[in-house]
Amino acid sequence: MSMSNLVRSGANILMPFILVFGFYIVVHGHLSPGGGFQGGAVIATAIVLLMVAYSCDEVCTSLSKNILKNSETLGLLLFIGTALFALTAGLAFFGNWILDTGPLFATPVAFGINPGNLNTGGIVPVLNIAVGIEVLGAMGLLILAMLGGMKGDGDAE
Amino acid sequence: MKNILQAGILAVCAVAFLVAGLGLSFGTPAYTDMDDYMLLHGQEETGSNNIVSGVVFDYRGFDTLGEATVLFTVVLGAGLVFRRLGKKEDEYEYE
Repeated sequence: MSMSNLVRSGANILMPFILVFGFYIVVHGHLSPGGGFQGGAVIATAIVLLMVAYSCDEVCTSLSKNILKNSETLGLLLFIGTALFALTAGLAFFGNWILDTGPLFATPVAFGINPGNLNTGGIVPVLNIAVGIEVLGAMGLLILAMLGGMKGDGDAE
Repeated sequence: MKNILQAGILAVCAVAFLVAGLGLSFGTPAYTDMDDYMLLHGQEETGSNNIVSGVVFDYRGFDTLGEATVLFTVVLGAGLVFRRLGKKEDEYEYE
């Protein structure tokens, strides 16, 4: 049930831009509007585009459900693990244990309006990336479950 | 009879919506110190310039954990409902 050649070419061109935009939203979640949930949804839109332009079987050969399942579980585990690790640093659950001491994302932020530095935020960017991975897997699994049951044979126009 | 009933229900809903939307005043929300505190200390305490991200992932992190768990459960339920029956790999061994 793949669409016409024009739609497939457009999907091929748009696909990397959608992916880059989604990763940008996820990674810049602590600086600009957006975050893990929104960016993961944008990345899942790329999977929708592929499913619409190509047939389901063509997509499912290169994108297996196990990858999405594993990414969803990995995202949730990374989220809970980052939150739990604050207990070993002597903070409360979800305490910001990277904020001033960690190797990454630990630059202190000045109060007021500043242009923003990607290397700030403590656990906020880590949790953003974890949620982004999880939402990507979850939305992809939902789309594959719902669109995967369609009959792919016959009357393609 | 059915048309009259439908029109009546629609009229009641429209009047209720218009009264609620136009007639009632919004009121004065109670003053809280919470928003001022987050705006003044959020940048230094969470380290993120985006105060919304700071609230969602740091101050209210437990709530976000619940959201992520809800999404996980949604995928489990949708996978249960939309599973493909009759495929070889989905069949149980004792069937």
